[in-house]
Amino acid sequence: MFEYFTQELWSPYVAGAGVGVLSCLAFLLSDRPIGCSSAFVKARGMIGKAIDPARMKTKEYYREIVPQVDWAFMIIPGIVIGAFISAFISGSFHILWVPSTWGSIFGYDPILRIAVALTGGILLGFGSRWAGGCTSGHGINGSIQLSLASIITACCFFAGGIATAVLLYRVIGA
Amino acid sequence: MLVRLHKNKNAQIVLGLLFGIAFGFLLQKGGVTDYNVIIGQLLLTDFTVLKVMLSAVIVGMIGFHLLKYFGHVQSHAAEGSIGSNVIGGLIFGVGFAFLGYCPGTVAGAVGTGALDALLGGMVGLLIGAGFFAEVYPQLKNRILVWGKFPAVTVPEFLKLNLWIVIILMEMVMIGFLVVLEHFGL
Repeated sequence: MFEYFTQELWSPYVAGAGVGVLSCLAFLLSDRPIGCSSAFVKARGMIGKAIDPARMKTKEYYREIVPQVDWAFMIIPGIVIGAFISAFISGSFHILWVPSTWGSIFGYDPILRIAVALTGGILLGFGSRWAGGCTSGHGINGSIQLSLASIITACCFFAGGIATAVLLYRVIGA
Repeated sequence: MLVRLHKNKNAQIVLGLLFGIAFGFLLQKGGVTDYNVIIGQLLLTDFTVLKVMLSAVIVGMIGFHLLKYFGHVQSHAAEGSIGSNVIGGLIFGVGFAFLGYCPGTVAGAVGTGALDALLGGMVGLLIGAGFFAEVYPQLKNRILVWGKFPAVTVPEFLKLNLWIVIILMEMVMIGFLVVLEHFGL
């Protein structure tokens, strides 16, 4: 039994089905979809409050997504820990600066990779809040609920992602 | 519904952490905390991401609607719009390809030791979320509500029975995965 948990990878169908069961449990026990992007708003709000509390009080968005330690915030430290446990017990944890697919085309300079990742992260944070959710909140949990908005959003995530990845790797990197 | 548990703030903080741990574990085991796997999906050379997502939706859709039928869960589906979901989704997509992780898998990648996910991804997400909070009052009653969708759920939109839509969507998703395997993708 324990050997199964120390395997480096599971079938994506098994891992995916597990995520499906987990999503149902989250609706049952916590009355909410598993989403990841609002945690970053909360964390950003808490940092802002620590630096300039008066200014943060004027920001309307933080009255809707309240910067506090709650379910939606804890999901992110949880994911870091869960992925670390999974990687560590299977011996696949390792410090990595530049992923190989990136490095083989654009080189292994960590500064270039971090700069591009930072740009992507900013767009991702901005876009996920603009769309009201991420690959998990809309893509998995909105689709589970048959939400029209979520299914359309998930299609746009991939439309934008595929177009940009093809531009990066097949045009600029070609 | 388990209303008392839902309202217990401390229990929910613990549950959020536990759900995160289980979710992160499954994402890592499924292979989707790896940049190479996610970018492979966006280049249409590796379909692991879609396999994980569709398996989750196939299982979750039946489970959620059975739980809802018996009164144990409620729907959180909200009204959407072109201005919010389509434009926001496309901005997200551009960021998704530059970063090579999404907001959940970026945290998972940090757990596996990926420093581009930590120093680029997580920091960028904090900056991007903060920037959205700055411009939110200007967007709120304008572009975010532009082009509202005519329905909240797919069955309402198609004017079909819920269970018929579920069966059809399950067949389409399972069929898609069978086709992927058939072509060895």
